[in-house]
Amino acid sequence: MTTYLVSLIVIGGLVSAGVYLLLERSLIRMLLGLLLISNAINLLILAVGGPSGNPPVRGRTSGDQTTTADPLAQGLILTAIVITMGVAAFVLALTYRSYRLNTIEEVSNDPEDTRVSRLSGTESAEEIAERLDPDLTRDTDLPDELDALPGYEGSR
Amino acid sequence: MIPVVLESSLAPVLTPLPVLVPMLAAAMTLFAGRKPRLQRGITVLALSVVLVVSAALLRLADRDGTIALQVGGWGPTEPGMGPLGITLVVDRLSALMLVVSSIVLLAVVIYAIGQGIRDGDERQPVSIFLPTYLVLSAGVFMAFLAGDLFNLFVGFEVLLSASFVLLTIGASKERVRAGITYVMVSMVSSMVFLFGIALVYAATGTLNLAELSLRLESVPDGTRTALFAVLLVAFGIKAAVFPLSAWLPDSYPTAPAPVTAVFAGLLTKVGVYAIIRAHSLLFPGGRMDKVLLVAGLLTMMVGILGAIAQSDIKRLLSFTLVSHIGYMVFGIALSSELGMSGAIYYVAHHILVQTTLFLVVGLIERQAGASALERLGGLAAASPLLAFVFVVPALNLGGIPPFSGFIGKVALLEAGAQDGSVLAWTLVAGGVITSLLTLYVVTRVWTKAFWRSREDAPEGHLSASAPSALVDNTEESMDIQLADRDDVGRMPVGMLMPTGALITVGLALTVLAGPIFAYSERAANEVLDRGQYITAVLGDGR
Repeated sequence: MTTYLVSLIVIGGLVSAGVYLLLERSLIRMLLGLLLISNAINLLILAVGGPSGNPPVRGRTSGDQTTTADPLAQGLILTAIVITMGVAAFVLALTYRSYRLNTIEEVSNDPEDTRVSRLSGTESAEEIAERLDPDLTRDTDLPDELDALPGYEGSR
Repeated sequence: MIPVVLESSLAPVLTPLPVLVPMLAAAMTLFAGRKPRLQRGITVLALSVVLVVSAALLRLADRDGTIALQVGGWGPTEPGMGPLGITLVVDRLSALMLVVSSIVLLAVVIYAIGQGIRDGDERQPVSIFLPTYLVLSAGVFMAFLAGDLFNLFVGFEVLLSASFVLLTIGASKERVRAGITYVMVSMVSSMVFLFGIALVYAATGTLNLAELSLRLESVPDGTRTALFAVLLVAFGIKAAVFPLSAWLPDSYPTAPAPVTAVFAGLLTKVGVYAIIRAHSLLFPGGRMDKVLLVAGLLTMMVGILGAIAQSDIKRLLSFTLVSHIGYMVFGIALSSELGMSGAIYYVAHHILVQTTLFLVVGLIERQAGASALERLGGLAAASPLLAFVFVVPALNLGGIPPFSGFIGKVALLEAGAQDGSVLAWTLVAGGVITSLLTLYVVTRVWTKAFWRSREDAPEGHLSASAPSALVDNTEESMDIQLADRDDVGRMPVGMLMPTGALITVGLALTVLAGPIFAYSERAANEVLDRGQYITAVLGDGR
């Protein structure tokens, strides 16, 4: 199969820019990276469809009319575009929600991961045992700050 | 018992139903969004219908051989040509996957309904849960039925889009954080898959699996290996095989219990199923087997070592999930009939047991108000029933005889010994160690959560302010004194029954191990033989 070098260079450029953006922490940049990669792949599918040829009707040649493109490749691209668009809309909604909740739109670390990894190495066994010991001073019948939480006032 | 005669002519009618029925039911439940009872009725009915249909398909595929349906009649127009349209294929492997996943989907939805009623979801906007769940089911079934690569991709996308919604349902802070990671990783894997599809199309000019398996034989060896590698990366991310598995324990534990259960049971196994298809149908000859074996070993070891470090039961189980994917990769990569049949049996076993365990965690949260080991204790005394419900699937996961985990592991280890190479023996050793460490991990949960008294737990007096419900609208999850929770200590029957049912099915894998393992041997034989699959799709005159 022969293909054009220009389209391959464009695809390569789009993918590398997309990968660069995906490695960022900012959600909008990650989304842009995803969109660049998906467009690059759509172009790739178009390129692998090959040169134009006879109409896709079996046993028909239409004389010297060989300007019809591969319809399957275009069908695949159309499906891929629709899927990417839906997911992009979802990611945008998620980004907005994340911004509303955290006032930043960045991927944050998993707090549980951080907690578990802190358990290893940096602390001595006594420190960990001390930290994991039950805090007996909190276990009283006296009202504490938890009783002041909305909805739990005077629950004791 | 009414004797049902299954005519072979029923096969073309039954084949598309596992996709069609949940899709139509999803539309109907959307319309019935304001009538929760009607919604639940439609969902349970639809998934029950799919279960019956899958069982019938399993019987037909086992008796009559591979069933291929050319959707819309756009089949091969003459010998030697591939089908023009979409092909759906049911062979023994996909029929088994259909049956097991429809059992799991039905049980989990009943569990979710039981939990929802208990949480009083009448006031909360969860009318989107059941339609999304049905779309997820349709996507899973579509992936198992797909007879061409692009349809497999669409199946993946359908189930992924639905899983995005389910994972972030309620959109609390924690779920949004986890959801972003999950969406991005899943989309990258889909992009890699699409990239692989484009390359396969460039190399062969077709995407139909049966036609591909013929045409790929004439593709140069280097190109074939490259194509296989690209597809393996895509499927490996979905199946959570080691270097590509870090996303899973981060994102799964934040979702509500039924959602985590169905994700853990099914989504990774769809990836494993795709690896089986690519490995045996498209690229036989095992050129990547060494890579897969090493990846399998690392998946087992890294996963289980991660599980040891965790203190939250949900995260701990997510790591064992990753770890046990290694067993299936091990069986696939041996490229032998015994290895493949062990892997197929293990997939069925693992779907059931992993789902059950996540459902049990939901029950523990309900009973004790927490899922962190620092806060749990005294559960064996508080609820012997819960202890029983936990210990059976836990020992099953650890591979204690006579449970199905033991049978699957023995088959895989035998296959490894039969292979006899140094790498295979290393994996046998790794498999045994992983199995022992799994036992250690579940024993740790047992001693901490069930045996010691709650006063001995470091944070035993604390609990989460609410169970991780379907809709978790709390901006910040807050800890409260356990004594302040008045809703702990009661497990609703609607949650217990489906868990019990799944345990029973898991035990049936042991009781009926003979016939079921014989079936998975036939399935493995069919998968490795390829001839039946190709003939069923392309016709005799290929």
